[in-house]
Amino acid sequence: MRLATRRRFTAAGILGGPLAWTLVFMFVPYAIMFTYSFYTRQFPTMVPDFQFGNYLALFADPQYYQVLLRTIKIAVLVTIAAVALAYPLAYFLVFKVASARLRTALYVAVIVPLWVSYLLRAYTWKTILGSEGVLNSFLVWTGILDQPTDLFLYNQFAMVLTLTYIFVPFCVMPIYASLEKIPASLKEASKDLGVGPFRTFLAVTLPLSVPGILAGATFTFSLTMGDFVAPFLVGGADGALIATVVQSQFGTALNWPLGSALSMVMLFIVLTIITLSDRLERAGRLDLG
Amino acid sequence: MAVTTDIGVMASAATARRPWRGPRLSAGALGAAAACVAAFLYLPIVVLIVFSFNDNVVTTLPLKEFTWRWYESAFANEDLLRALWNSLYVAAAATLICVAFGVPAAIALDRIDFPGKTIFRRAVLLPLVLPGLITGISMLNLFRVLGLNLSLETVILGHGTALISVVVTQVFARLQRFNRRLEEASNDLGARPLQTFWYVTLPNIKTAIIGSALISFTLSFDEIPVTFFLTGRENTLPMYIYSTLRRGITPEINAIGTIIVVASLVVIFVSVLMLSDKGER
Repeated sequence: MRLATRRRFTAAGILGGPLAWTLVFMFVPYAIMFTYSFYTRQFPTMVPDFQFGNYLALFADPQYYQVLLRTIKIAVLVTIAAVALAYPLAYFLVFKVASARLRTALYVAVIVPLWVSYLLRAYTWKTILGSEGVLNSFLVWTGILDQPTDLFLYNQFAMVLTLTYIFVPFCVMPIYASLEKIPASLKEASKDLGVGPFRTFLAVTLPLSVPGILAGATFTFSLTMGDFVAPFLVGGADGALIATVVQSQFGTALNWPLGSALSMVMLFIVLTIITLSDRLERAGRLDLG
Repeated sequence: MAVTTDIGVMASAATARRPWRGPRLSAGALGAAAACVAAFLYLPIVVLIVFSFNDNVVTTLPLKEFTWRWYESAFANEDLLRALWNSLYVAAAATLICVAFGVPAAIALDRIDFPGKTIFRRAVLLPLVLPGLITGISMLNLFRVLGLNLSLETVILGHGTALISVVVTQVFARLQRFNRRLEEASNDLGARPLQTFWYVTLPNIKTAIIGSALISFTLSFDEIPVTFFLTGRENTLPMYIYSTLRRGITPEINAIGTIIVVASLVVIFVSVLMLSDKGER
């Protein structure tokens, strides 16, 4: 009895801090944000209320739902591009690099940029693509262009490029992990049965790496959804993403209720995607026990 | 989502022996594609570094003379230096929070059963996938209700909340691989629970803690989306850079950026090694 009591105290001691932290700094703030999303704006502050006007505005006002659609479009494009670039790289590392030591070194080299300053990695694309930038001056210098063009920067292409660049390592990590886990015997069996390498890839390797692809895609999609740095640095006049709009509601526009409603919608989309990808992963997982 | 988060396992898996090399999809083409992606990943970093030494106000080719000028002007810029110190302070404090709350959270997830554990796990890990903007705004709302003024300390609380998940995932992964018999042996030999933790468990998860702390530090040092909403009058370095970018590009940013990127590369490299099997005893 005393041992059980003591154990309970220990458990409470270990769990207490982290639990209190998540309650105070996550659940309570989300609850407040949820409450604010029903308030009415009264410039420059807001008054308590319970109305759905803020949510309705998001779907009735083209200013907002167009941004939301554009954000989803950009996020989808970035996700596809990042997975398409990450897959061959991960595949090459896992199956084509013979030396284990070299493979580790290359893998580490690929994923290290993931944690290196997000802002600076986005910023360098501004210096590369700008009209006084590296790419333009290179093209003029080599005589390919007569004069610098402003076609590269401040448009959706620049945004997709920059965000793809940022999220490729995010995709390499889980795809690499899922490819590593595929037992060699499965593919040997496929080979022994006379199936060609490409069909083996389609029938064995690709399906088994789906969990990795899903995990990478989830990360990329939801983090792209919430980004306001890339639109600010390389996006153009038509480059505002949903996060840009949220940011301005809490800044110059001073409309906290609307900003909170937008944030709740973003939170909802992200949670839906996480749940969906979890489900898909579980449904698609083959039991290799 | 579990597959994405355990850096240690993946770096270890990379070193595993692999006798069979997969289907022969034309290795040359694949190698070329892989090389292109690798170049794509590092080219911008090279551009940043090269132009920080280029004696030209704009980042254009061809290169001009080599210069230290941008580094000198960066280190003479008092706003920038102040922001740098602010960032170091914030990152150090946020890392302490991440370790102080992340390690117990990982231990709880590994070995305590309690009602609501699934929700707790999801909540703790959510910030890994959640855009920082949402953490920033929700906490801004909280501080408004509490009537707290925004300052570097509110930024620290925000970074702590956003980055605890980094420590939790790495320490949890290490605990899962840790041989529990060692603890049983220690208990059988008469060690008290705290002694067992201190002399058996802790040494085994030490490198995971340090490695994930280093990653948290780097991420906090570079953080924008949470900081943007929670900072008061004081600026952190990324916020300073962000606000100068409004006015246009200066090579000074390339210089300070080069220092940050090179320092981060080194720190992250060390932490990835610590999180891999080489970090285990």
